Amino acid sequence: MNEPQQKWTETIGANHTLFDLKLKEVWRYKDLIYMFVKRDFISSFKQTILGPIWFFINPILTTFTYLIIFGQIAGLSTDGAPQILFYLAGVTLWNYFSGALIGTSNTFAGNAAIFGKVYFPRLVTPISIVISNLMRLSVQFLLFIIVWAYYYYKGDIHPNIWILATPFLVVLMAVFALGVGMIFSALTTKYKDLVMLLGFGVSLFMYATPVIYPVSALIGPFKKLAYYNPLTGIFECFKYGWMGVGEFSPLMLGISTIIIFALLGVGILVFNKIERTFMDTV
Amino acid sequence: MLALKAENISKQYRLGQVGTGTLSHDLNRFWYKVRGKEDPYLKIGEANDRTSKGESEYVWSLRDIDFEVEQGDAVGIIGRNGAGKSTLLKLLSKVTKPTTGQIYTNGRIASLLEVGTGFHPEMTGRENVFLNGAILGMTRKEITRKFDEIVDFSGVERYIDTPVKRYSSGMYVRLAFAVAAHLESEILIVDEVLAVGDAEFQKKCLAKMSDVTKDQGRTILFVSHNMTAIKSLCNKGIVLSNGNIIYNGITERALSMYNGDKQSFGNSVVLGDHKDFKNDLFELNKISLVDENFQPKESDFQEDQKFSLLTDVTIKDSNNDYHLSYVVKNFNGEIIFTMTNAYKTKLQVGNNKLLCDIPKDFFNVGEYILGLYIIRNLNESVLHEDDILTFRITERNKELGEWLGVEPGFIKTNFEWQLL
Repeated sequence: MNEPQQKWTETIGANHTLFDLKLKEVWRYKDLIYMFVKRDFISSFKQTILGPIWFFINPILTTFTYLIIFGQIAGLSTDGAPQILFYLAGVTLWNYFSGALIGTSNTFAGNAAIFGKVYFPRLVTPISIVISNLMRLSVQFLLFIIVWAYYYYKGDIHPNIWILATPFLVVLMAVFALGVGMIFSALTTKYKDLVMLLGFGVSLFMYATPVIYPVSALIGPFKKLAYYNPLTGIFECFKYGWMGVGEFSPLMLGISTIIIFALLGVGILVFNKIERTFMDTV
Repeated sequence: MLALKAENISKQYRLGQVGTGTLSHDLNRFWYKVRGKEDPYLKIGEANDRTSKGESEYVWSLRDIDFEVEQGDAVGIIGRNGAGKSTLLKLLSKVTKPTTGQIYTNGRIASLLEVGTGFHPEMTGRENVFLNGAILGMTRKEITRKFDEIVDFSGVERYIDTPVKRYSSGMYVRLAFAVAAHLESEILIVDEVLAVGDAEFQKKCLAKMSDVTKDQGRTILFVSHNMTAIKSLCNKGIVLSNGNIIYNGITERALSMYNGDKQSFGNSVVLGDHKDFKNDLFELNKISLVDENFQPKESDFQEDQKFSLLTDVTIKDSNNDYHLSYVVKNFNGEIIFTMTNAYKTKLQVGNNKLLCDIPKDFFNVGEYILGLYIIRNLNESVLHEDDILTFRITERNKELGEWLGVEPGFIKTNFEWQLL
């Protein structure tokens, strides 16, 4: 008998490679990423009166709060930049980072019901969360541009060529949030303690990042420590480029980039390890 | 051509509170791995029998399973609760990975462990069709092409632009199944989803699924407790018991194996000291099938053999009248008929050996389940046992050249036929 050659298109096995991100498969599921982003957008504003206007209200109110507490009451330095613009820049970037980080950290725990019933590349979820937050960032960035343009025509600020680094900074933050988020999401499936840590950890981390103060305000060992926070380089570069203020050196950004990509590597490793068995432990 | 092949797959689970001791076990595992040794927790573990309290903290939900599925087959996977069906489906649909072994597949797998996975209540029916379709692995182009067909199948066209949280649960399920039914994967894995929806819709779903295998030549793996659905849809059956495959072959045989797994076969049952069978009113001692000479028989009766049902029961209560009522069921649990000694004999106080003759060529080949009622004064049951005895009728010795199949049906009638 002439049996046709048996072929297999896929093997499901106990062993797998740790660094394989299966990006090809993720690409095949790009429509799912699109639908997840759409779902996030729709579900946040269904049955709200103001709808997407909330995208603006959040940073405006936060900026004013910081303006009063840190700018007026505490009197923190802004390196000579207009306070409103300085805080708005910090809030816009920080909202993006924390939103993406908290979202991706919740990948496994928050989607256990779906993950337990159907397979798709798990990486789709954190990627779609980062993209959702990117959409939000682009809307909030409009607000920043408007305020920035006002001060620019007033002649209060002096942007420079580093303004062009902005897309790179956004990508860096996305990668950072993705890397750390993947580590957390993977570990929280087994060790729920980390959920507690993450809850207040993110808000504390904001104070370790030059969001409401410039690096120049730091002294002694704190300044040195701040350099190891990958966000320091990003935030300082952003403020330096758009407002021409702050202590920024390309070295800072270099350190940030290295740390961030190292964390992404660890993130992929842990994520892949957990991805295929987490349903048994979650 | 094979669509799927499972080699040596096992799945181990840890019982009890997952969390305590997790870190120490993980560290221990890591230490063994560093030294190049095998995972120490893989050696332990026991078969997954949920009824007996085991020793080990680890159980094998599946143990060394091997099977192959031909392209275009519809395979029913049956077994008791906890036999490992759902675990097997989870492994096949890549929701979790096997502890050992490999599964090879040829073609896209779509799994339907539940309908409407990922439906978002705030989104409209239309949006959810696209979302759910994408989760199940369809591209937007595919869904757009099939959208009208999906809506048509679901029958909720009027509500398609309404958020699904306003849907009735029936509409929700209809829409969800409609999406799933239009998947274009080569292998479809379906778990018990037919338990939902009304009868008309269930019929529609079954028809759609049988369409998928019979006309489109795609492969289906189907788990259900609905034996009728399995029988009408599947041409192969796999029976799982305590994490092992006990049968893999034609559906009919698989179904009877499954029922064999449910209770042990035998021509007699001795009832113990349980208070259900031994109390102030009566003692039910033994129920057995005996041959023409009233002798017990070890092997199964053949269809052309006469046998009798012997009930050994002691009645202690002299104030009331008692009689027995047997319910005969097929292996799907459907009642075929009831037989009773009421109006014929009355049970005496003291020991009774009650005999019911069953003529030859009465039962068709197959497995049958006996249920027993003991009735007081023709109006009240004092004992009700659903499955008290399961017996099997085997084929008579056939002549060469005779048709070797089994006629459908459970009872072979012995009506008079004459030429006028």
